[in-house]
Amino acid sequence: MHVVALSQVSKTYHLDATDVPALVGVDLQIRPDCFTVISGASGSGKTTLLNVIGCIDLPDSGEVVVAGEPVQKLSDDALSDFRARHIGFVFQNFNLLPVLTAYENVEYPLLLSRVPAAERKRRVEAMLDAVGLIDRASNYPGQLSGGQRQRVAIARALAPSPQLVLADEPTANLDSVTGAAIIDLMRRMQRELHVSFVFSSHDPKVLAAADDAVMITDGRIEKIERSRSLPGSVS
Amino acid sequence: MRTLSLALRNLLRNRRRWLTTLFAMGIGAVTILIFGGYSTDITYGLQTGYVLRGGHLQVQRKDYFLYGTGNPAAYGIAGYQRVIDVVKRDPVLSPMMKVVTPTISLGGIAGNFNAGVSRTVIGAGVVVEDRNRMRQWNDYNLPIRIGPSPLTGTREDSIVVGNGVARVLELCEPLGVPNCSKKTKIDKPSGPDAPADIAALAALEARPAAPKDEARIELLAANVHGAPNVASLRAVKAERQGFKELDDMFIGMHLTQAQRLLYGAEKPQATAVVIQLAHTRQIPAAKARLAELLATSLKDEPLEVQDFEALNPFYGQAIGMFAAIFGFMAVLIGAIVIFTVGNTMSMAVVERTTEIGTLRAIGLRRSGIRNLFVCEGLLLGLIGAVSGIAVALDAVAGVGCGGRQRLSQSRGHRPDLHDPDQPLVHGRVRLQRRRARKGRLEHAASRAAPGLRRVPHFRGQHARPDHAAQRFSLCHLDRRLHEVPGPDGYAAS
Repeated sequence: MHVVALSQVSKTYHLDATDVPALVGVDLQIRPDCFTVISGASGSGKTTLLNVIGCIDLPDSGEVVVAGEPVQKLSDDALSDFRARHIGFVFQNFNLLPVLTAYENVEYPLLLSRVPAAERKRRVEAMLDAVGLIDRASNYPGQLSGGQRQRVAIARALAPSPQLVLADEPTANLDSVTGAAIIDLMRRMQRELHVSFVFSSHDPKVLAAADDAVMITDGRIEKIERSRSLPGSVS
Repeated sequence: MRTLSLALRNLLRNRRRWLTTLFAMGIGAVTILIFGGYSTDITYGLQTGYVLRGGHLQVQRKDYFLYGTGNPAAYGIAGYQRVIDVVKRDPVLSPMMKVVTPTISLGGIAGNFNAGVSRTVIGAGVVVEDRNRMRQWNDYNLPIRIGPSPLTGTREDSIVVGNGVARVLELCEPLGVPNCSKKTKIDKPSGPDAPADIAALAALEARPAAPKDEARIELLAANVHGAPNVASLRAVKAERQGFKELDDMFIGMHLTQAQRLLYGAEKPQATAVVIQLAHTRQIPAAKARLAELLATSLKDEPLEVQDFEALNPFYGQAIGMFAAIFGFMAVLIGAIVIFTVGNTMSMAVVERTTEIGTLRAIGLRRSGIRNLFVCEGLLLGLIGAVSGIAVALDAVAGVGCGGRQRLSQSRGHRPDLHDPDQPLVHGRVRLQRRRARKGRLEHAASRAAPGLRRVPHFRGQHARPDHAAQRFSLCHLDRRLHEVPGPDGYAAS
């Protein structure tokens, strides 16, 4: 079963008197346990597509199924709970909460999911250890470098054990070396934890590391390249 | 990370803005509390003054309040002693009572015929011992102390007059009235002399001149039948009455003397039975019970009950004025504070849209976002209010020893009535008028304060010796300023 299935999804933004179509009749299936990259020019609809997949935006038409759940039928609160349980987010600007330490940032989504304290502690420490920041657990985001912040963000996204992690240009604000390290980290985590990762990026290094690559132009899926076949997968 | 903890950390993010907002709130809270305390102080003071003078309730003959001042004697209560007995024995009223006492109001002309001067006056006849007990009422623990009536232990013909009366009747010297300079000499009216036979008759009736150190006046009043009656009275003291109009007209005397003047050899009456309760809040219950008694045990005479608010309309006007001023100020300051806090919170929301989006993305519900900002606002308000109260209490403690208590009273149980008073108005007037005296006392206190090495306890607090000494001095001064004898019980009507 696909972790994400979009069927004839359309989304239009209404800016004053102008309608701007962001997605037009998109059909897309994201395979489980895959490293999927959505690539396209600026303004092509990558972020809108990620927002629709991440249940942050709802489409004007079409059907969206994430982790087997038709999300359009869920209420706003149910969508919040759904995101907390099934979806992790990594942002271009890291978006860590500045008043919380690295440990607390990773812990926060677990609090929202009401994970018991002992289990919370175990998972936060495991995640910080996995991203190599256990010794910086008590540091605030302002005391960390860009790469370290993004690693904390990755730990935060993975802490609730989601089925899907969405990353919107996660290396755009990092230098090439740090960016490559972050891609390697995410790739490793994806394989170890068997999570589906979906990126938006036009970084050739990211594209090279992807299992699947989705090309989008003017809100339409132009091409899907699947470089790795998974057992039982349907492309 | 609970919402409260996150909210507190968010508040501390932008410390400058947070402190500015807090400062605005603190100033608002201090202003409202200080002025509220002041307003309450006025209320309690006014109320205490009126209750000291005229009690909480008065039982009067029906319509006396509206028409009786023109002829008080005609509106007397013949069975006033029975009214007193019934009230004192009543199982409902007696626990509430402090004093029940008769009083007489009268009008007349007072003259110092040795000096050839006279003026219209209003008089009050009182039972001095009862009035002295009434003077001890201080339900709000105001820093006032009123001594016993100057009529205490005096002969029946003794009276107390207002300073204005003493001045007009040229009794300043024997009564020791201050600031009472000799009036400009006025030429006697030039008219024809009285006929010789009238002049001779007057000479025969003339009394020998009173000794120079004795202040004697003659009081002419109409008795119950409308006939003139004259009493020769000895003024023992002149007292300031608070209002000039009253000061220029007031005469206080023994009840028996007033009764003899109005009723002569007939059965004496009283124009009102004054009731002072233990607490002002008991007025509604006491009034209800009195109404029952007037309809049953005391139905022989047409009587009615008036409370001190009805008897003293100025009380309600003054309280209303202060309430309006305070309300306006509170609304104004509240609006400014709300606007400031609202502005701070709006800026916080606008600045943190990305953070809000992140929180929503990782699963925080819309209500969670709302709770977070509400919590921040409440925390800001709470801290601002607490710091404002703390500063206000400190300021009040610095201003005077009575302030803290009165402020707490104003926050806690306000009197269920609409109570203001007069000793306060009096107190304030006296405060101004005694500025010179205060200056001298402060000077003395400032000299004495360094000598007070250790003041271990001050109002339940340990205070540093030097501060305690200063506070001690201020409190002491405050008490001294209020240690003024109140006017004798002129039953307002």
